[in-house]
Amino acid sequence: MQFFGGSEISPSPPVPTASGNNAHMMYIFNRNGVCLLYREWNRPLRTLNSNQDHKLMFGLLFSLKSLTAKMDPSSAEKGNLGVPQLPGQGCSFHSFRTNTYKLSFMESPSGIKIILVTHPKASDLRDSLKYIYNLYVEYVVKNPLYTPGTPIRSELFNTTLDQYVRGERNIWYTRVDMLLISKPASEILLLCDASFELFSPKGYRVASFICLILDKCIHA
Amino acid sequence: MAAIYSLYIINKSGGLIFYKDYGLQGRMDTNDSLRLASLWHSMHAISQQLSPIQGCSGIELLEADTFDLHCFQSLTGTKFFVVSEPGTQNMENLLKHIYELYTDYVLKNPFYEMEMPIRCELFDINLAQAVQKERVSYLGR
Repeated sequence: MQFFGGSEISPSPPVPTASGNNAHMMYIFNRNGVCLLYREWNRPLRTLNSNQDHKLMFGLLFSLKSLTAKMDPSSAEKGNLGVPQLPGQGCSFHSFRTNTYKLSFMESPSGIKIILVTHPKASDLRDSLKYIYNLYVEYVVKNPLYTPGTPIRSELFNTTLDQYVRGERNIWYTRVDMLLISKPASEILLLCDASFELFSPKGYRVASFICLILDKCIHA
Repeated sequence: MAAIYSLYIINKSGGLIFYKDYGLQGRMDTNDSLRLASLWHSMHAISQQLSPIQGCSGIELLEADTFDLHCFQSLTGTKFFVVSEPGTQNMENLLKHIYELYTDYVLKNPFYEMEMPIRCELFDINLAQAVQKERVSYLGR
């Protein structure tokens, strides 16, 4: 697994399947269990106050990790249940699903835990989490004013994250849909050419846009 | 190549009442399996607390690096969970089938005491058949 790609943020961010109203909330913990960041997009039900909620979430992840490490059917040497393990040691997990939500989890080698809670139908979000981790490295770790281990207060990070999770692509989907209702296929192909010129600096968007249009043309 | 590694049944208070191992690593230590079962019971309960939406009934599927854990909770709170290979399909149906076997051969057994470890021969036989069938259909795919 490669976490430290280079200075650029992963050039083609994976499609945020957690877009729109699908994402409920996100947590970032450091290895000591301090909640560095908590973002909430859609959470109708709140049973605990925020501090207790963070503690409970960290405890759940910690215990689930020791459970999976002990249950791991692929190795005989598993140690004792509940003994703290270093990040990357032992069998970990990447997501769990209940009837109301899906929780995706990633741990970096330095013990940063990123948790994204989404709609239960969301697909595999490992790439999205890795992308969010890259955002964290870029906007938080590389920020000289940030003291490690303290809650993140970077405006830039928060807005980028919001943009990513809410999914700019949503706008594109609606635009493409509107376009396809009103235009015949030949005109759409012309529009594809035009969009290449218009949006070429944003490589990935163009690519996904074009793919979408072509896809729709074929199925139409 | 086994599609299913192990099966656990826990009663409504988190006590392990049945454990069967189908994997190659051999049976887990009894104390460890008891601890794992009650740990799963509490994780299941905590996951309900953390739900962002009302009406959560706990973890149904846990995807770990080397296995998947499918869990089915009956209305009375008895939990059935299987540890299987990652990406194994059709586990929900198997769990429901095991639940049926449990109601037929365990609950209807007059010598069985509720919430106590399951020692019923008929249940064992039928369970072995169900798992074998699952394995055959898995190999056939």
